[in-house]
Amino acid sequence: MAIPVAYNLRNLVVRKTTTLMTALGIALTVAVLLAMMALLGGLHKTLSASGDPLQIIVMRKSSESELVSNFTRTQFQDLKFKQGIARASDGNPMASLEVVTVINLASVDAPEGSNVTLRGLLPIGIEMRQGLKITSGRWFENGKRELVVGKSIAKRYKGAELGKRLTFGRGDWEVVGIMDAGQSAQNSEIFGNLDQISSDLQRVDVLSSALVRATDAGAAAALLNSINDDQRLNMNAVSEKEYYALQTQAAAPIEYLGIFVCIIMAIGSSFAAMNTMYAAVARRAREVGTLRVLGFSRGSILVSFFLESVLLAGLGGLLGCLLVIPLNGVTTGIGSTTFSELAFAFRVTPEIMLAGVAFAVILGAVGGVFPARMAANKEILVALREV
Amino acid sequence: MFRYFPLIVKNCWRNRRRTSLTIASIGVSMCLLGVLMAVYHAFYMSDPAPDQALRLVTRNRVSLTFPIPLFYRDKIRQVAGVKDIMMSQWYGGVYKDARDPKNFFARFGVEPPKMFQIYGELKIPEDQKQAWLHDRTGCVIGRDLANKFNFHVGDRITLTGDIFPGTLELTVRGIFDSPRTSEALYFDWAYVEEGLDEGRKGNVGTFNIVVDNTDDVPRVAKTIDDEFHNAPVQTRTETEQAFILSFVAMLGNVKLFLLSICAAVMFTILLVSGNTMAMSVRERVREVGVLKTLGFTGGNILQIILGEACAISVAGGAIGYLLSTFLTGGVKKSPAGAFLPSIKQFDPSVAAACILVALGIGLVSSFIPAWNASRTNIVEALRSTD
Repeated sequence: MAIPVAYNLRNLVVRKTTTLMTALGIALTVAVLLAMMALLGGLHKTLSASGDPLQIIVMRKSSESELVSNFTRTQFQDLKFKQGIARASDGNPMASLEVVTVINLASVDAPEGSNVTLRGLLPIGIEMRQGLKITSGRWFENGKRELVVGKSIAKRYKGAELGKRLTFGRGDWEVVGIMDAGQSAQNSEIFGNLDQISSDLQRVDVLSSALVRATDAGAAAALLNSINDDQRLNMNAVSEKEYYALQTQAAAPIEYLGIFVCIIMAIGSSFAAMNTMYAAVARRAREVGTLRVLGFSRGSILVSFFLESVLLAGLGGLLGCLLVIPLNGVTTGIGSTTFSELAFAFRVTPEIMLAGVAFAVILGAVGGVFPARMAANKEILVALREV
Repeated sequence: MFRYFPLIVKNCWRNRRRTSLTIASIGVSMCLLGVLMAVYHAFYMSDPAPDQALRLVTRNRVSLTFPIPLFYRDKIRQVAGVKDIMMSQWYGGVYKDARDPKNFFARFGVEPPKMFQIYGELKIPEDQKQAWLHDRTGCVIGRDLANKFNFHVGDRITLTGDIFPGTLELTVRGIFDSPRTSEALYFDWAYVEEGLDEGRKGNVGTFNIVVDNTDDVPRVAKTIDDEFHNAPVQTRTETEQAFILSFVAMLGNVKLFLLSICAAVMFTILLVSGNTMAMSVRERVREVGVLKTLGFTGGNILQIILGEACAISVAGGAIGYLLSTFLTGGVKKSPAGAFLPSIKQFDPSVAAACILVALGIGLVSSFIPAWNASRTNIVEALRSTD
């Protein structure tokens, strides 16, 4: 017969200081794990919300990012009339030639400056990014030194608020609007007119990349192949979705560091849980003997102590979840593979909290198994005689 | 206090399992703390290495991806205090296949005659250096890079350009040793420059500057930036240390990340140690009564218990720190080390900080149980059945 769980719960309550200290230790370990998962979750969310499956980014062969790519206007003329490219309302192909670079601005987190993506594009490029809308101000006008910034930029960079002026290229640029790109990476970009920016960068003919929109999913796959196989064009095409998905590797250093920290902390706190459980077993030797006399088997004793350890750790897991909840929605930025900052919000979701509790339970199980075995192996008479 | 030392040791050792588990638990956590503190120290608190302290890096004010005109070199050279200057250009490019991150390493176009004067800490055999100086299509590579790809002097390395047109065929002319991770390749920039369009010629990524003495560093940096304040292309000059740190900053808010993990780890150790001491004192109430009957004062008891906690946490701290030096060495030697400020494997101030933290944790964590034990009344203590 199993020993009632209430027995374990009451034991935890009676030794509340020890319980709380051990649980808090586990809670901190879980909190570190969850904070890392929330960070990665937020990054994945932003990157997976970026990019449209129908759109294709075309870069120079061997370039893996828009920043290091080169694309001439002549090549763009060849690309524009490929089969399978959708038409805009005015009948022109939905293909956008773009220039991408980074500029250094002082941010809230990094007053000494942090890199931000600057993108020069034509009205068609804005039209192609569906879901992009101006939340305050207006779009830049052609032929003027005007910029529109993503909402994360406006929030994180003092110098890039509405009405402020940025200096690069041949002079000052005015921020005339703030755009909202939903959850996507464009919130961390600055947009301006293609011709204006490219002439300031002195790369009027050699731009960065092109974005094209296919008519449907079938055409997108065909278009992808036809561009990649075109020897004359000599370009590398990737679907926009895939391009952003690849950028999740930007978080790899933080991920490795986080895993390393979690493992070490997990070892430390499972030792601590073991300590607590050994003490519990030692203090309750007589109780164990009594339970055995009452007819509970060795197995029930084992299960009972094991369960107590798991409960203790589970409590720690729940506390850990409580600790990270305030982190939900906090914006942060990390350097992306495109050499610029990508802003996103921590996401504490029920799934990761569940993972945190599961992690805590594993810690508790590891820490509880030896003490529980020790309790179960006690001889009745010896146990009863212990003081 | 040292009078009680044998008693403290005996007390520590009477519940061996608990003491070992606590020491192990604290040791593992202190090991992590040791690595984090070493990294934090190297990033934000240490002075740069002597040769590095004399170097400045000048780049375009807008960002590193914007070039600066090569003719700035002559103007900068005339700034008082500048000893030497070399241009440097990040080539990027692709070795074999870019999709495999293992194929990534740093490739810079530089001025070969200046290279080993600017970077005095790099060591290369004289004959290899001469061979490089006489071969415009040659390159020199770091020892770590040579080991990683098994490159030898005379091997050919082909890089496909991405930022720059064409492919680059280079011959390894020399392998240099560096005190830091050296997964890098340097070649003569003139070799690429001559193949560029007229519009792209005459631009470079950065200037690496050596200053006569360290006191001049801030003044020289300011003079250079002021010199080009009204020019079409403005510059930003910072110490090499600050320049390297700006790459660390690109990973995100590293400082906050390190500090918050350190805080979490310290608090965990505090809880572990506090828990152990609370348990061990609770078991011993009667014993405290006996000690008091024998004439030990409350103060003696306080010292004995605090001493026990400190002994355990310092033992854990020392073991943890020793373990951490191995891990720190690993971080230093990892490929990421090339983009980080140099981390010392053993640093006395980090070691001292670790031990002090352990000591502090021992004191804080045991104070409440020790205080309570020292104030228990003899009769009550002796009556305790626990």
